Amino acid sequence: MDFGLSEDQRLLDETLRAFLADRVPIDVVRAERDRLLEAPETGIDRALWARLAELGMTGVLVPEEQDGSGLSLLDAALVAQALGHAVAPTPFLASGVMAPVALRTLATPEAEGELRALATGERIVGVAATELFAVREDAGLRLEGDRVHGKAMMALGGVGADALLLPIGRDRLALVAAEAPGLTQTRLATVDATRCTSELLCEGVPVLWLAREAGSSIERMLLAGRIALAADTFGACEAMIARSVAYAADRTQFGRPIGSFQAVKHMCAEMIADLEPVRSLVWYAAHCFDALPDEAPLMAHHALAHGAEVAREIASTATQVHGGVGWTDEQNLHFWFKRVATNRHLLGSPTSLREGAAALQDFGA
Amino acid sequence: MDLEYGAEYDAFREEVRAFLEAHKPGNLAEASAEDRSAWLTKQIEHGYWARTIPTEYGGYGAEPNLLHTIIMDEEFNRAGTLRGTPSQGPSMLVPTLLEHGTEEQKRRWIGPTMRGEVIWCQGYSEPGAGSDLASLQTRAVADGDDFLISGQKIWTSTADKSQMMFALVRTEADAPKHAGISYLLVPVDSPGLEVRPLRTMAGDLGPSSFNQVFFDEVRVPRSNVVGRRGEGWKIANTTLKHERNSLSSNAEGTWMRLAKLMRDETMNGVPAIASPVYRDRLMQLQARMLSMKYHALRMLTCALKEEPPGVAGLVAKLENCQLSFDMAALALDVMGELGALYDHAKYERARGHWQAHSMFALGLIIGGGTAQIQKNIIAERGLGMPREPKPAKA
Repeated sequence: MDFGLSEDQRLLDETLRAFLADRVPIDVVRAERDRLLEAPETGIDRALWARLAELGMTGVLVPEEQDGSGLSLLDAALVAQALGHAVAPTPFLASGVMAPVALRTLATPEAEGELRALATGERIVGVAATELFAVREDAGLRLEGDRVHGKAMMALGGVGADALLLPIGRDRLALVAAEAPGLTQTRLATVDATRCTSELLCEGVPVLWLAREAGSSIERMLLAGRIALAADTFGACEAMIARSVAYAADRTQFGRPIGSFQAVKHMCAEMIADLEPVRSLVWYAAHCFDALPDEAPLMAHHALAHGAEVAREIASTATQVHGGVGWTDEQNLHFWFKRVATNRHLLGSPTSLREGAAALQDFGA
Repeated sequence: MDLEYGAEYDAFREEVRAFLEAHKPGNLAEASAEDRSAWLTKQIEHGYWARTIPTEYGGYGAEPNLLHTIIMDEEFNRAGTLRGTPSQGPSMLVPTLLEHGTEEQKRRWIGPTMRGEVIWCQGYSEPGAGSDLASLQTRAVADGDDFLISGQKIWTSTADKSQMMFALVRTEADAPKHAGISYLLVPVDSPGLEVRPLRTMAGDLGPSSFNQVFFDEVRVPRSNVVGRRGEGWKIANTTLKHERNSLSSNAEGTWMRLAKLMRDETMNGVPAIASPVYRDRLMQLQARMLSMKYHALRMLTCALKEEPPGVAGLVAKLENCQLSFDMAALALDVMGELGALYDHAKYERARGHWQAHSMFALGLIIGGGTAQIQKNIIAERGLGMPREPKPAKA
């Protein structure tokens, strides 16, 4: 019985956290936010992604046969956790988790070539998965011959990517070049200005390749994405609590540190008491993805939904612990607030995820 | 991450299962005191109770092994019978005696306590000493080879069914608050000791025995002090540690009963589970329940590896007690109008169990260290936040 991290996983976690603390301090995140506000269409910061590639983070989920490190989803969740903790703007969710999982499950020669390119970090692939679980604005992609038509909303990691992975319905998966004729990508700004989503308008877009009978590949991709996203939210929450505790020790009012007042102390205790069990659930969901696949869907639904609920409470409470200054741009806490506020709306909102969890157990109308 | 127990432990599980199939008694609730003791003795002989207690004190004498404990609990639970006895003697007094007791105290009390021949109650809280337990005023005055105890204890579960009490009393009148307390063993049938039942908000469906205990010059030999005079506070903290560990709940079982209730309970011909609103609440509770379930595995792993769990090790009581209360709240809500019924009213569901559960859960949120005290502990010990400044002495 060992519910926890291996020595290698601890080392991975420490290495990445040290790297991010050193190379992506909050000033760098702020500069990236400012850069994107100036030049929104440039999208992904490739320089940071290249640095993560040096640490092997871009190929965490790429099999060793394709020059990746072939690690487990728990390892990928630790990476996501560290990135959320650092509010680091990277395409890890789409290009480091969802695309590699989809591609390695396909196991076609084209997919293997794509995996090799992903592992280097030089190639970045966005993913349009929203219509798998939520259709709005008449969105949806279809094939006419070998060309893609229709619209996809809230695509992840697409602005500035080289290619886009498009589920067509529930069982076909197409890869298209970002610069393909007939494809119009429109940036959709999110409350977290360090990242964005996009709309993909397809009018006869030629595919680089098309995989049929890709149903399980698409399902695994979405599942892995949800677990990694839950881990990212968890990491951001850890950081908000640490900042709140530090601020409460430092800030003095009525002649004493505000952290010595029970009103403030209890806010911090409630945050950590609600969060620590989420870590256990996220780790378990990640473990299930590889070891207990039958349990993984339910755990992923709950980890993402419950994590998002806890995160909203923590984001609010942490801001209140900081008082007025927590509400300013200068204090930086809002970068984490907006990270989890955006994450909450990606890959399924909490309420719909809970409906999904109920359906998985045949609870329902 | 490896959630398998391994072949050695699977074999142990088979042994426990075989033992239970061969020896499990029928309805223990109706068994005589002798029969219950005999069942506990049989468990001890096979090493399924008092497992790590040395044989010279009436135990089985095995090395401590948390996984063995977990497996025994799981299998007894599955068989629908209690492992050992859940009273406060085995869970709180015995670990304290093993750590601080004299050789004579250990030989005299541990065996009979584990065999259920001596039942204990805990005499800690007083009307004026709750969260601030160290301000307790029940005093024991030295008189020759004895102490004379006068004062009052409260929230004393099972006092009327106990032969003995382990109590905190003030023996050093002039010492500072924490340094004046001793840990004393008191026979409940002593002259001058009176047990009065204390009715709880849950009425007849609440805990079957909850009391106040009054002391009027109750005479107890000095040799009944555990540890040294004046060190009772330190010793009690060992005991309280055991209490917090034993307050974890079976949240998964409660959640399963709740889900079943929601399938069975209908309004206007529609089961509660078909209501998206109730279903959403059930799913929120399931996520919290699962979080606590895997959190317990994570904490177990820390214990097995002897790694300090940090702040994560301090949150279970707060989270589990609130979860338990919230599950009862949903159960009552899905019963709608019938959720109000109690005291064996016609149409009452589950014999009023969920109303009682709700009130009992509230008792656990307060008992064993209130939620607010838990939050102080989490913040100060877990997060290293500054302590409340002490008010200036008047």
